[in-house]
Amino acid sequence: MLRVIAERLRQGYQTGQFPLVEPQLSPRFRGLPELTPECPPGCAECVSRCPFGACDLQEGALALDLGRCLFCADCPACPQGFIHFTPDYRLAVRNRELLWRQPAKGLNLAWPLAPEPRRLFGRSLKLRQVSAGGCNACEADCNVLGTLVFDLGRFGIQFVASPRHADGLLVTGPVSANMHQALLATYEATPAPKLVIAVGACAIGGGPFRGSPEVASGLDSLLPVDLFVPGCPPHPYTILDGLLRLLGRRKTG
Amino acid sequence: MRSKQSVRIANGAQTPVAQIPRLDYDTFADAVLAEFDSGSRVAAYFAAPETDGRLELYAVMARERHANFALFRTPLGERFQSLTPNCPQLHLFEREIAEQFGVIPEGHPWLKPVRFHASWRTGHDAWGRDPEAHPRPGDMEFYQVEGDGIHEVAVGPVHAGVIEPGHFRFQCHGEQVLHLEISLGYQHRGLERLLVGGPHPAGDRQMETIAGDTTVAHMTAYSKVLEGLAGQPAPPRAQAIRALGLELERLANHVGDIGALSGDVGFLPTAAFCGRLRGDYLNLTALLCGSRFGRGLVRPGGVGFDLDGGLDRQLLATLDGVQANTLGACRLFFATPSVLGRLEGVGRVSRSTAEDLGLVGLAARACGVPRDGRFFFPTGVYKESFDEMITDELGDVFARARVRHREIEVSLSLTRRLLAALPDGEIARPLGQLAPDSLALSLVEGWRGEVAHVAITGGDGRFRRYKIVDPSFHNWSGLAMALRGTQISDFPLCNKSFNLSYCGFDL
Repeated sequence: MLRVIAERLRQGYQTGQFPLVEPQLSPRFRGLPELTPECPPGCAECVSRCPFGACDLQEGALALDLGRCLFCADCPACPQGFIHFTPDYRLAVRNRELLWRQPAKGLNLAWPLAPEPRRLFGRSLKLRQVSAGGCNACEADCNVLGTLVFDLGRFGIQFVASPRHADGLLVTGPVSANMHQALLATYEATPAPKLVIAVGACAIGGGPFRGSPEVASGLDSLLPVDLFVPGCPPHPYTILDGLLRLLGRRKTG
Repeated sequence: MRSKQSVRIANGAQTPVAQIPRLDYDTFADAVLAEFDSGSRVAAYFAAPETDGRLELYAVMARERHANFALFRTPLGERFQSLTPNCPQLHLFEREIAEQFGVIPEGHPWLKPVRFHASWRTGHDAWGRDPEAHPRPGDMEFYQVEGDGIHEVAVGPVHAGVIEPGHFRFQCHGEQVLHLEISLGYQHRGLERLLVGGPHPAGDRQMETIAGDTTVAHMTAYSKVLEGLAGQPAPPRAQAIRALGLELERLANHVGDIGALSGDVGFLPTAAFCGRLRGDYLNLTALLCGSRFGRGLVRPGGVGFDLDGGLDRQLLATLDGVQANTLGACRLFFATPSVLGRLEGVGRVSRSTAEDLGLVGLAARACGVPRDGRFFFPTGVYKESFDEMITDELGDVFARARVRHREIEVSLSLTRRLLAALPDGEIARPLGQLAPDSLALSLVEGWRGEVAHVAITGGDGRFRRYKIVDPSFHNWSGLAMALRGTQISDFPLCNKSFNLSYCGFDL
C-alpha cells in the first residue's frame, strides 16, 4: 500500500486540461489538409494521382475529401506540393458532404445535436464500440481516451460492454463483409434513440482497402451516421473534440 | 544431396525462382519433414499460381542455427497429402491453401475454413460452398465435447471491450475449460489479393494497416522485400531509424500490455500508469514522424523522416522521464504479491507444445523456446547492437508478463544506444527496377513476434504472389492450448497475455 502511494506521488498528476487548454501535438503532426492558393485552376492531376480517391472535382471545382484522405506523409497527389497539412487536429463533421474541402473554404465543424437528443445524451453518453475490419489503430486511439490523460469519464462519456446499455455505436474499420451482419445486429440491439459515429478513413469510405470486394464503401451506406471523424487513425484529440462538439460542449470555431 | 533440393537465402535476400528446384510432391514432403527433424521450422508455406495458372506450393523454412532460410517448391494438383499429421505447425497453412485455392490437403485432421472468403479460383471450393454467396463467418463444425455436465460458451464476434472481433467457443465442465476453439476471419479485408500485380501506389498504406499496432514492423518487412528485389539495401542511417521505430513500437505495446494485465487482475495503479505511458511512447513515435503509429516513417528505399534539428537530443530527454516512470510502474506490478498470485501457473503452454505448434515471438520465448529474429536473422543495426534475447521457462501468464518486462528494459537501452550513435548519411535512395521472376523474403521481429513477407515477381517484375505471415497466424493456436484445464474466468487474462492481432491474422 505504501509502495503504491509512493509510486503515485512520484508519477504525479497527469490528466490533461483539455478542452480548457489546447493540446501540444508533435510539430510533425499532419492535421487538416488544404489546397494552397497556388493550386492552379484547371489542373486536376491529383484526381488520378491519389490512390485513395481523396481528390475529385465537385461542381467543377477541385476538392479534397477528408473522408478518404489518409494524411500520407509522402502525399503522392500533388507533385508540386500544393496540398499541405496544417497542424489543426479539429476535423469532425456532421455530414458526409461536409468532408469535401474546397480551396480557401473553412471546414464546417460538427454542430451540436438537436435539443431533445442533447438533453438525453449531453451529460451521459454511453457508446458501444464496434470494430468492423479496423486495423486496431483507430481502436487503440479510442481506448486511449479512457486513460487518465484524456479521462473520457469526466465528460460523462463511456464505452460500455453491451449494445443494450449503449446510446450509440462508434464504428471503426471498413466494414468487412464478414462483419456486416454482426454490425447490423449490434445496431439493432441498441435501444432508440441512438447515435452512430464513424471513426477513421476506413469507416468513412473504406480507407486503404477501398475497392476491395471484401469491404463496404462507407458506413453511411449501411447506417445513418451522426458524426464523421476523419484520419488514419484520427488523433485521440480529434475524436474527443468531435464527441464534445456533438454534445455541444465545445465552443464553436 | 539436400542442397540439390532447396535454395538457401539470407534474410532480406532474393533468388530467381528458376533456381529453386521443382520437386515432385513426395520428394518435397520428405525434404520439408527432414528440415523439421533437423530443427528448422516453417516461416511461410503457401500456394502461388504460375504464369500458366497452374499452382505451385512453396515452403520457406527458417533455419535458426544457420541464419538462413531453405526454399522448396513443388507443383500442386487438386489434392495433396497433408503433412499436418507429421508436422502440426503446418495445420493452418494447409487450411489457408485449401481456402484460397480450393485444393484439398487429404488427411488433414482439422480441415476448416480460416477466414471465410470465397476461393480465389472460382468453381474450386474446398468445402463445395455456393460460389455465388459470400461464405458466412463461423459457418463450420465446431469441435464439441459431450457428456454429463458439459456445456458450451460462445463469445463474439463483438466483444465487451474496445477490441477487434473474433469468435471463441469454449467446451466447459463446470468452470473448467476442456477445449477452446477460435474462429476468426471477421476482419478479412482481402489484402493478399489486392497486392497481386503490385507494387501498387496504395500498397504502402495497406502494409501499414495490416495490423495497425505493428505498422513499423510490417512496413519494414515490405520495404526490405522491395529492396531485396531491387538489390539495394536501405542506407545505414535509415536502417537505424527503422530500428528506432521498431523498438518504440515494442515499448508502446509491451508497456500497454503490462497495464492491461494489471487492469485484468484488478491492480489499478499500474493499469493507470501504463495506460498513460503507452501513449507517451506513441507520442515519441509521433515526434519522429507525426503519426503515433509510425505511419509514413518507413518507406521502400529508406525512411521518410530524419532526426535533424536536435530531435535525437529531444527524444533522449523525453525518454528520461518516461523511462523512470515505466520502470517504476513495472517494479510496483512485479513487487505486489496479490498480482503475482493471479499470474503464476495460469494459462501454461509447455515448451514441447510451443515447438510443435511453431509459436513465435514473446509467446514462444516465454515457454523457453529461443526465437527472436533480431538475434537469429539480424539485419542492419541489429547485427552489431543486439545480443540480449530474453527467454523464460514456465510458459504461463507470469512468464509472458516477465518477458515483456525484461524486453522493455532491453529496448530502452537499445533505443538510447541507437539515438546516441546514429550513422551519418542519407535516409533514402530511390529504388530501381524490381528483379523479374524472383522470390524475395524478409523477416522482421515485431513486438509480438516475427513478421514474415515473401514476394514472387512475374516476368514484368510485378507481384505474382505476395504472402504475409503475421506472428498471430502462428500464435492463436497457442492461446487455445493455454486455456485447456484453466477456469473460463481466466480467459481474459490469458488472452491479454498473448494480445494477438485479429486483422493481422485475417489479412
